[in-house]
Amino acid sequence: MSHYEQKIHRWGRISGLLAILMFTLYPLLLSIYFKAWPYLGALGKGLLGVVPVFYTIGIIEAFTYGPMLGAGGSYLSFVTGNITNLKAPCAINAMKVAKVEPGTAEGEVISTLAIGISSIVTTIILFLGMLLLSNLSPVLESPLLAPAFANILPALFGGLAVVFISRNWKIALGPMLFMLVLFLVQPGLAEAVSLLVPVGAVIALVLSRILYKRGRL
Amino acid sequence: MFHINHPVLYGLAALVILYVLGQSIFFTVKAYQRARELGMEKSLLWSIIRGSSVFSLAPALAIVIGIITLSQYLGLPLPWLRLSVVGALTYELPAATSAASALGISMTDALTDARAYSTIAWVMTLGSFSGIVIITFFLKKIEKGLMSIKSKDEKWGAIFMDSLFIGMVSAFLGMIFSKIRSGLAGWIPVFVMLFSSVLMLVFGFLVKKKQIKWLENYAMPFSMLGAMAFSIPLTFWMGG
Repeated sequence: MSHYEQKIHRWGRISGLLAILMFTLYPLLLSIYFKAWPYLGALGKGLLGVVPVFYTIGIIEAFTYGPMLGAGGSYLSFVTGNITNLKAPCAINAMKVAKVEPGTAEGEVISTLAIGISSIVTTIILFLGMLLLSNLSPVLESPLLAPAFANILPALFGGLAVVFISRNWKIALGPMLFMLVLFLVQPGLAEAVSLLVPVGAVIALVLSRILYKRGRL
Repeated sequence: MFHINHPVLYGLAALVILYVLGQSIFFTVKAYQRARELGMEKSLLWSIIRGSSVFSLAPALAIVIGIITLSQYLGLPLPWLRLSVVGALTYELPAATSAASALGISMTDALTDARAYSTIAWVMTLGSFSGIVIITFFLKKIEKGLMSIKSKDEKWGAIFMDSLFIGMVSAFLGMIFSKIRSGLAGWIPVFVMLFSSVLMLVFGFLVKKKQIKWLENYAMPFSMLGAMAFSIPLTFWMGG
């Protein structure tokens, strides 16, 4: 591990820990200031409704996106959120444009740079959006624009698919067909798509291992 | 007295968001400096910065819509905070709904009970910690495992990484087909995806064959924005 990588892990751990503390600060300080501690029964029930699914998704995301985004990119994107719909595609696009591979020293810095810029831009837009909310909401919530925002994921993944399928169609075919059949049979799984990312990855890995061993890749 | 848009809540949210913004700037500057050390050109790095900014515009506006959605019930500070850090609407909305249903209240009117608000804020916060905790404490170990795979066989290491990406892309592509059995409107996401792919291919052709190099950096964001724009007439035509 290079000196830079060692330092990134140190900064990442310290800033991640601080972030966890900062996130807890909001409910903690509001509880103290307004003398409004949560209803414990409802807190427990509420957590029971989200923890089983979302903790699983969080764990899976950590293990799949961690290697993809590199150390700096991961530390940052797990603090700033919106990984699937923004940070990961943004980093992938940047690495493709810069013609660097994920998991290399160059891929690591480009991924971190893209995720950092994306986080800064998003924070600024969200701040402006909040300031201009009364002017913006009639536009953003207009029925005319509703289909565009409803279709943001297909619009995003259509472009990404071209990049990956053209590069690795032999590996991509299997998991794509599997997912297609799965979602046709069980459309309700769309709610838990994050849980299926590692399933797709395992299928792709098994297929590519077989092809690789036979010298087809 | 408590209300959902109390100045103190704005102050608390701003404090946390400023911290995260500072962290983003810190990592961005460090990555830029390291990239220069590795011999990467300034022009390339600035084109990545411009491209990533344009790429983030549409998804960021979609997140603003998320803030609007949640703010009618929770006020502005909490959704502003939650969607600026850690969360995404796909998590925050179910978390708020789960807490509200545990409290036995509906999510139609603005909250007035401080303790109910506090309960929801705690659920949203504590329910989202698993990813960040694992990354903070175990990413170094995960990376070491990955490096040992790569050091044994470099080519397989590259294929391994590609397989992870393909796993993600295939899951989301499959999801886009999940509504096609519901009728013609269910095909809209499929056509939007195909339109985005075609745009990407056209841009690729323009970059490679027509030598329009500047377009390379914007091919993906333009494909996304073009396909989003295409979805508007398509939805009206197909009756989504």
